[in-house]
Amino acid sequence: MKDVYPKHKLSKAGTLWYLLKGSVSVFIASIVASALVTVVSLLVPEIINVTVDSVLGKEPVSDSYVKIVSAIGGVEYLKQNLWVIALLLIACALLSALFTYLRSYLNNYANQIFMRRTRDKLFSHLQRLPLSWHIQHRTGDIIQRCTSDADTISNFVSGQLLSLFRIVLLIVFSLVFMFLKNVKLAAIASAFIPLILVYSFVFHTRVRKHFKKCDEEEGVLSTIAQENFTGVRVVRAFGRERYERDRFEKQNTYYTGLWTKTLRILATFWSTSDCVAAVQGLCIVVAGTVFCVNGSLTTGELIAFIFYNTMLIWPVRQLGRIISNMSKAGVSLGRIGEILNGVEEEYGEKEPLSGDIEFKDVSFEYEEGKPVLKDISFKIPEGSVVGILGGTGSGKSTLTYLLDGLYAPTNGEIYIGGKPISEISPATLRSNIGLMLQEGYIYSGTIRENISLAVDNASDEDIKNAAKEACVDENIEGFANGYDTVVGERGVTLSGGQKQRVGIARTLMRNTPYLIFDDSLSAVDSETDAAIRKNLNEKFKGATVIIISHRINTVMHADNIIVLDGGKIAESGNNFELLKKDGIYKKIYDLQFQLPEELKEGGAV
Amino acid sequence: MKEVTQTPKLKFFGIGKVLPFLAVHKKLYITMLLTVLPVMAINTVLPLFQRYAIDNFIAHKTLDGFTVFVILYAALILLSCVVDFFSSYSCSKLEMYLLRDMRRSAFNHLQTLSVSYYNTTGVGKIHARVMSDTSSIGSVIAWDSYQAVSNLIYVVSALAIMFSLDAILTLCVLALVPVVVPVMIYFHKVQTKYNRKVRETNSLITGGFNEGITGVETTKTLIVEEKLDKQFYANTKEMKRLSVKLHHHRSLFFAMTSFIVSAAVAIVLWYGGIITVKGVIAIGTLSVFMTYAQGIVDSVQFVAEAMSDLVTIKVNIERYTALMETETDVQDTPEVIEKYGDSFNEKRENWEPLLGDIEFKDVSFKYPDGDEYVLEHFNLKVKKGTTVAIVGETGAGKSTLVNLVCRFFDPTDGAVLIDGKDARERSVQWLHSNIGYVLQVPHLFSGTVRENLLYGKTDATEEEMQEAVKSVNAERIIERLGGYDAQIGEGGNTLSTGEKQLLSFARAILADPAIFVLDEATSSVDTITENLIQQAIDKLMQGRTNFVIAHRLSTIRNADVILVVNDGKIIERGSHDELIKKRGTYFDLYLKQFREENIKQSVNS
Repeated sequence: MKDVYPKHKLSKAGTLWYLLKGSVSVFIASIVASALVTVVSLLVPEIINVTVDSVLGKEPVSDSYVKIVSAIGGVEYLKQNLWVIALLLIACALLSALFTYLRSYLNNYANQIFMRRTRDKLFSHLQRLPLSWHIQHRTGDIIQRCTSDADTISNFVSGQLLSLFRIVLLIVFSLVFMFLKNVKLAAIASAFIPLILVYSFVFHTRVRKHFKKCDEEEGVLSTIAQENFTGVRVVRAFGRERYERDRFEKQNTYYTGLWTKTLRILATFWSTSDCVAAVQGLCIVVAGTVFCVNGSLTTGELIAFIFYNTMLIWPVRQLGRIISNMSKAGVSLGRIGEILNGVEEEYGEKEPLSGDIEFKDVSFEYEEGKPVLKDISFKIPEGSVVGILGGTGSGKSTLTYLLDGLYAPTNGEIYIGGKPISEISPATLRSNIGLMLQEGYIYSGTIRENISLAVDNASDEDIKNAAKEACVDENIEGFANGYDTVVGERGVTLSGGQKQRVGIARTLMRNTPYLIFDDSLSAVDSETDAAIRKNLNEKFKGATVIIISHRINTVMHADNIIVLDGGKIAESGNNFELLKKDGIYKKIYDLQFQLPEELKEGGAV
Repeated sequence: MKEVTQTPKLKFFGIGKVLPFLAVHKKLYITMLLTVLPVMAINTVLPLFQRYAIDNFIAHKTLDGFTVFVILYAALILLSCVVDFFSSYSCSKLEMYLLRDMRRSAFNHLQTLSVSYYNTTGVGKIHARVMSDTSSIGSVIAWDSYQAVSNLIYVVSALAIMFSLDAILTLCVLALVPVVVPVMIYFHKVQTKYNRKVRETNSLITGGFNEGITGVETTKTLIVEEKLDKQFYANTKEMKRLSVKLHHHRSLFFAMTSFIVSAAVAIVLWYGGIITVKGVIAIGTLSVFMTYAQGIVDSVQFVAEAMSDLVTIKVNIERYTALMETETDVQDTPEVIEKYGDSFNEKRENWEPLLGDIEFKDVSFKYPDGDEYVLEHFNLKVKKGTTVAIVGETGAGKSTLVNLVCRFFDPTDGAVLIDGKDARERSVQWLHSNIGYVLQVPHLFSGTVRENLLYGKTDATEEEMQEAVKSVNAERIIERLGGYDAQIGEGGNTLSTGEKQLLSFARAILADPAIFVLDEATSSVDTITENLIQQAIDKLMQGRTNFVIAHRLSTIRNADVILVVNDGKIIERGSHDELIKKRGTYFDLYLKQFREENIKQSVNS
């Protein structure tokens, strides 16, 4: 297991570097290709320069190109055979096209490596973060981080950061060429660069506020619409269509006005910066013309100069926007870093587990000062069935979370086979305990996939058997596609009872020595409940079973019943003992089995 | 009704459907086009200054008339910038106004559509049509016509100038245009295909994150982290593969277009060079040609891009049109509208009070999307002040009667009489303003508590409001929230389900309707809240005609008439005592419900 996220917390840059692993070299290759594109595209004006001045004109070939020109036949030859130059240009174009392709392809390739790594790391990390971490974060927020924040970072790396490199290269190269040609003219051209850059940067930084405000207001408009559509019955029932129309209209108009204002600012920016760019172009033409007339510049040089300049000016304007947008990526990196900096659970090795379960003075609180369990002590002998009875908020589900190592007790200790569970690895615990939650998650996929999820190489027969034991086989066969029915987010919606029984079948497949039903029969009717328990008795004889319920029916046949009340054990014993005690269990028993005269079968007719 | 899913094939990308929205802003549209014209004309002319400078000043080594040249040049630049501001600003405005108007029309239209439309279409889709489809249409129509027009102007005027300078050279450049277009079209097609696949895979990934996060508890108990990792990794791998492929095509496209542009320059240099040597054209002209060659190829690309955008919004327009052409199931007759007004213009002065006698007279009904009658020759008289309870299993079709009472649908045959008159003789708004409707899932709007309470009766006094709150024992909720002006968050998400229910009861009481319709919730709330809700319901039903889709035993028992629904049809009717004696479906349902309620109460007391 190399390449795991380091234990210590990473800074934003550290997080980025960690995520960039594997894509850096490709990104660099893309930058190299980008540099080559720049070089090749800068050659074109040079060719034009020489052609215009020496081939078409009468200027002598400048020193740096004498050798090259004579190598391809000399000025006179070229004058007669201009196709050579055209061919040269085409060759440049081909090279440039090749490098353009490589730049764009490699950049995306690197970006995809990066995105894949980011997503994979996030996903696997999220699954291994402790439950307590998940409870502190909202699902929507985490998903947003994994999707849009990840996109923002990817845009930053492959778009902004790379453009930055590319544009800086372009600026540097063009400036070098320009300065080599004519220092004075180059000075005039470059004088505008800081001006445009600063203007563009300041503008984009300022307009970002407006964009944000517009986004927020669109959010408000969107909410109004959303609430109107979901609440359509309320709107109609109270006859408030007109009110709703006016509400939407008001926000719609406000939002439009806001955007129009922002767009006016944008239009102002673009036309003024166009203007500045055009003025810069003008200055070059004017000054260039003067220099040409003076004789300090050749016509070809001027044309080449104008070429360089057009190449230069657009990226400079973009640069301001890029720099200004970079701060967004910082925020996103921080948000993703927060997930990755969360400490994963240590799963350890899977080992077999057996023996009695014992709770010793166990207390637990999710929030400080609000104990959910108080000094719980009891023992479950191996192979026995224990029932836990309690109402909402009695702490019965918390018991199972502690046992499965999803949370650690605040005080006290739980022992399995005499070993404290703080010394048993979570992998061992969870692979030996089959915990069935009240609302177990049904994953998208087929029913078959769901039932066989936790075991490898399950045969169809095993799957069907498990479904039979969980009394859900008939329901499944009732679907048009049987076990291949797609369920979950994109499929058929199962009823609460069906979901619970699929969840049970899924756990039974695992054949664990410990089974916990955490209210996982609540949506199943009494007869099915009884049938499932009967199947268990037959097929899972040696297993230690904990059944948690608020139904007397479900727990009454257990070897031992624990009645939880307000986080404490109120009573325990088997059904007969507890009934004899005439305590809380007896009271619940009587209430649950009482039936008014009119409802008794064959009663007063 | 049924949404028009099969829209008639739209011609010209469905632009015709957008024309009415454009027509409103004719002036703006014309302003935009008129201002684009000079901008592009100037842009086309500017390179000529370069030519003039080279061919006159530089070639003749003179600066005579240079000042005039510079002033004219600068003036044109300035003019172009100013006009450019107006044209791009009017384009922005056009986009925003189109968007605003389309959203407004869709929203208002939705206020008149039947509730069944919302059930069959789904709120998410409706929302997307109002918010995002319109957004794509607005921006493409405005900006692409701007782009297309401005670039066409450029191409035409550049060609005109080029022809006037040298016809054959122009033809050389033009020869490239037919190459650009098919290349564009081909790549666009391929990209659209991969784009769709990438989007699909992306939504799989988002779904994966969602599943990983919401299912984390189950994942941990089953220790299937690695298996889920693998499934997720398979998706990210596919995503990478598809994206890389997509970008391979995109990169190739970039490379090819950049090559074509360079080729254009090469051709000009080659042929232009030959004729320059022969003295047919001057060097300045040659350089201008190179600029135009580049510009035209770019422009053709822009125009082609605009065209392909139009293809992409075709589907948006189709969806939008389908929404706008959907008609409501329940339409008031012109006579009724004449007297009672429509959704937005109620003529309350003509509204008579509603007393509350309801009669189903020989009503037969089938849902517009169903083929089977769910009611046949159904007769039922509900006297003012009596309660009808509708019971049955989940999904048995209990809401049909309620839908008819509320006129979410009209009967297929027969009539629903209200105070002795066919409901269709009076307006939907009139009926709705007399019905109080409380849903299974209470719906509150974001805003203050007060706004929500007064939703059904805006002119209620402070005392009336407080009285209503008091009558449902909701004062403590208001206290907890911090008064009537406290914000309750989007959809009331700062409130628990029980609290939302109580507030929605208070809202209904305040509206004081003659008819009260309640879809009782099955969700579990704690005992105290349950009692409060029970009391509130009793309070609400006093003195009104009530229709209740009932789950609570007490509500059911107290009803004057109980209707038992199975498979969409009414199979038993009578009072509680009568039906219990019958030992039929009702008896079974009631017994089951009795047990469930008993169990809940026994452990939670």
